[in-house]
Amino acid sequence: MSEQNSVGSMSQAIKVAQDAALAAIASASDLVTLRALSAELNKKDSPLNSFKSDMGKLPSVEDKRAIGQLLNAAATQIAAALEARTSDFAGAEIAARIAREALDLTELLAQRRRGHSHIVTQATQRLEDVFIGLGFQIAEGPEVETDFHNFEALNMPKSHPARSEFDTMFLEYGEPGSVLLRTHTSPVQIRVMKSWKPPIYAIMPGRVFRRDTPDATHMPVFHQIEGLVIDRGITFAHLAGTIEAFTKAFFGNEFTSRLRPSFFPFTEPSAEFDIRRADGEWIELGGCGMVHPNVLISGGIDPEEFSGFAFGFGIDRMAKERHKVEDIREMYTNDLRFLRQF
Amino acid sequence: MKILNSWLNDFGAFGNDSEKLAAAMTSLGLAVESVSIVGTPVKGVVVAKVLRTERHPDAAKVHRVYVDAGDGKELHVWCGAFNMKPGDLIPLATLGTTMPDGRVITPRGILGIDSHGMLCSGTELGITADADGILILPKDLKLGSEVFAALGIESDCVFDLDVTRNRPDCNGYLGVARDLGAHLGVKVVAPTGDKSKKGSSKSIKVSIADKQRCARYNLTVMSGVVVGDSPDWIARRLANCGMRPINNVVDASNLVMLELNQPTHAFDAEKVNNGFKIRCARQGETLVTLDGQTRELESTDLLICDGKDTAIGLAGVMGGASTEISSNTTTVALETAWFEASGVAKTAGRLNLRSEASMRFERGVDPHGIDHAVSRFASLLRESCPNLVVHAGAADSKEKTLPAKQKIVALRLAQVNRILGTKLSTKAVSAMLAKIGFATKSVANPKSPTIKIAVPSWRPDCTSEIDLVEEVARHFGYEQLGKIVPQSTMHGRLSPVQQRRRDMREVVLSLGLSEAMPNPFLAPGDLEKAGLGEELAIRLANPLVFEESVLRTSLRPGLLKAISYNMSHRATNILLFELGHVYPIGSPTSADGLPDEYESICLVAAGATSELAIDWWSQLSAVMNFGAQLDQGSVQPGYHPTRSATLRRGKQVLGCVGEIDPGVLAKNGITTSVACLELNLSVLLSESSRVPTAKAVSRFPRSDFDLAFSVPNSQSAATLHKALRQAGGLELVDLELFDVYRGAGLADNTRGLTFRLCLQAVDRTLTDSEVTTIRQRCLDAAAKLGAHLRN
Repeated sequence: MSEQNSVGSMSQAIKVAQDAALAAIASASDLVTLRALSAELNKKDSPLNSFKSDMGKLPSVEDKRAIGQLLNAAATQIAAALEARTSDFAGAEIAARIAREALDLTELLAQRRRGHSHIVTQATQRLEDVFIGLGFQIAEGPEVETDFHNFEALNMPKSHPARSEFDTMFLEYGEPGSVLLRTHTSPVQIRVMKSWKPPIYAIMPGRVFRRDTPDATHMPVFHQIEGLVIDRGITFAHLAGTIEAFTKAFFGNEFTSRLRPSFFPFTEPSAEFDIRRADGEWIELGGCGMVHPNVLISGGIDPEEFSGFAFGFGIDRMAKERHKVEDIREMYTNDLRFLRQF
Repeated sequence: MKILNSWLNDFGAFGNDSEKLAAAMTSLGLAVESVSIVGTPVKGVVVAKVLRTERHPDAAKVHRVYVDAGDGKELHVWCGAFNMKPGDLIPLATLGTTMPDGRVITPRGILGIDSHGMLCSGTELGITADADGILILPKDLKLGSEVFAALGIESDCVFDLDVTRNRPDCNGYLGVARDLGAHLGVKVVAPTGDKSKKGSSKSIKVSIADKQRCARYNLTVMSGVVVGDSPDWIARRLANCGMRPINNVVDASNLVMLELNQPTHAFDAEKVNNGFKIRCARQGETLVTLDGQTRELESTDLLICDGKDTAIGLAGVMGGASTEISSNTTTVALETAWFEASGVAKTAGRLNLRSEASMRFERGVDPHGIDHAVSRFASLLRESCPNLVVHAGAADSKEKTLPAKQKIVALRLAQVNRILGTKLSTKAVSAMLAKIGFATKSVANPKSPTIKIAVPSWRPDCTSEIDLVEEVARHFGYEQLGKIVPQSTMHGRLSPVQQRRRDMREVVLSLGLSEAMPNPFLAPGDLEKAGLGEELAIRLANPLVFEESVLRTSLRPGLLKAISYNMSHRATNILLFELGHVYPIGSPTSADGLPDEYESICLVAAGATSELAIDWWSQLSAVMNFGAQLDQGSVQPGYHPTRSATLRRGKQVLGCVGEIDPGVLAKNGITTSVACLELNLSVLLSESSRVPTAKAVSRFPRSDFDLAFSVPNSQSAATLHKALRQAGGLELVDLELFDVYRGAGLADNTRGLTFRLCLQAVDRTLTDSEVTTIRQRCLDAAAKLGAHLRN
């Protein structure tokens, strides 16, 4: 075998082996075959690699270099082909997976899991938040009360005729007539006056009880919120200003409020407060007034040093009107079909 | 109190602008409940005479009335009322008339016979409040003339006032007129009394045994009385004010009461034995009152008795039947008195007999308006009894107990301005009060003036300085006092307890439960049905109904009812909670003598087991940092004995978790299991929430391994968990029970509990031998509890 021929035939054989390898890569049908093929081609005794040892037998440096270059070029080309083919297969596999994993998300839409807060609670919290914004804190008191806190301390001694208007429910507990279910949240005023010291800016939401036969607008058990402010220099104008600020904050800027004279034993001067809707209609909301000096004294506060005002109204009615509930009794059936609407 | 615009104008020139008047009354605190128009003339209604009436065999409920409407022709009308007789004058709405309710009169009759119009009742025409039959007109009207014009009826406005308890004077026209007059600048004049000369002296002696309860008693004899109908204008006024006209004597008495807020009572003088006595009733005494009812009297009831000491009236409340005015009465004895308010209130309240008179005495009448009332009564009665003689010598005892004509109340100007936020002068305040009859007697200390105000006797409500401040405010005008938002010196916020309550609500809502608000009143037996005793329950002394006569001691009975209600409506996914107060009897009674009321929360789910309940507890206790041990050794009553636990801290019970006792479910008609968690929030919410301190996070590898134990059933998972936690020490950073196995391959009365442990140190990588040591410590600790590694 002449030198020339042996280099020539070697080049020829490299070309054949390279073409065979490239053809095998091109015809590989999947990633597994391709990986096997790749392993095969990288073996030490693979056809191309075997040329490396044959190359050493070549006599001239030039021949060695020429074959070496050929072999490197072939290896590079095969590696590139392998990588290209591998990435083709990987892409196809991801595409196949994506197709396989197709999902209709609307099948998975779930029912609301979170429960529903009672509309009276929602209204109470909304009211609390408005008053917190006006600088008020929240006071609480017991629902079972003494006659003293519910009446006597509120300027309604035992013989007071206004007591008969409260339709009180008494308990068989202690002295007859001494323990009752509070008829309003006002007894909390007395508790606050005694345990906090002025300045007092407080609201007192809670459950109250009256001996009223239930109908579409009345329940024997319902909820009120009471406000109490006691500080130095508090005047009737502050009462009107607070009612106005609350009206706008709670109902909206288009609402206004007015006070008109009325009577409550625990406040004087007393007033009813009404709010006016944008359409001009007045709605009665609640009662208010300057805290009666006798009440301040009951609460251990000097009426000559401090003055204050109080106001109160029903929460249930707020909830009823906000959600357009026709019959207030509906709010207390505990029917899930009702509760789940809000 | 109903105020007729035309009648009000008798007291002053108030005009007929009803909107303006209503606004003025409202701004004075005389709340106008409604404004209605009465007596608007209906055109086409004419005076007709009944000629004859005739029944029709096929019409049972109506008859045929033939009338003459002035032109001599006989008209035919179907009519459903039968109160007329031939010769009566009645109102006929002629064809085409539009009635006040909008109906147009057409010839449409019945049985194929047309009607020539419609006969009208007083109510249909808006003339009277009385609906009994067709209105019978006075005899002297001209046939065919328009009825309204013939009767002189003009359209009028009725203001229905809600008079507050502090304004007794406004239960009479005069009081309303005084306030309105001051507000509108209208001069007010009280209606005139009787001007005729007194007749011969005729008196009935009156002795008063209880001078506290009856401080003044005037008994005036009037003769020449002819009992009959009142003049139309009196009857109409009464009717428009909601009072039924009865006869001229009673009507005059009622009219005086409406005008002057002074009740009077007319006895038939011939039916009473001479010598009145006013005394309290004797135990067991009875009286038949005007309404025909026999009243059992008590010693707190004040009576009017005749000369034979027989009760003839319940003072200030109602007269007796035996001395009632009849058609034969010719002489009346008119009682005009002042009875003490609380006494009348007590009797009226006990007998549940609230009359127009008792309402007025209860609130307060003017003790010095009596003379005017007597004279006004006489002048009104004289209109129908021209020969009326008011006899001299009336009994009229004025006791020392009678409130004075004026009461002096001191008013500090500074106090007015301090409470109202005004800068009023002494002069302005005096002038405002003078307009309502509150005279300034003197002004002391000009630098810081104190004004002595003479409060008139018709305002018994004004007794202290603050009452006068209110009067100033009313007449200055609430709207003029301004609106200033006070600058709160407090920081508005929720208290820690309130914030935690809201946080907890959020957790409960996110667990899918909806909020119920069951009735806090239970029926007797409800607690028993929930497996709870009644010994801690308080009963209502005066419940509305027997079924709501017990105060709840737990939220469970109410929620069980709610579950059963919702199940009966086939609701699914019934998850409910309530957050509210319960009221068990105190132990022993607290300082102010109140029960042990506390706040509780109860969560229930129908169709769920204790697994869900314990999941709720796990979530709530983790988020809210509620700490308590699960004690399955003692289960609270009403809970499933083997699937519930008491949540406790030592002896203190904080709640209960698990399932409802199947026996309780059966009693409540609930056919599925019910998961339940109940907590005492008065304890749990008041604990301050922990502020966690940051700990370093390890940068070294962790070692995880599982330990699968076979554990005797008698040993709780929590005990084992606690033992492993202690044995693991600081390096045990995570410990979780992640599998429970019951079944083959385990010894009897044991179950498999597999824990996953994670060991990690903050400062180093744990060596294999360290891990082995800790693992062994855990195994030893478990072994002490009888828990051994499974094969």
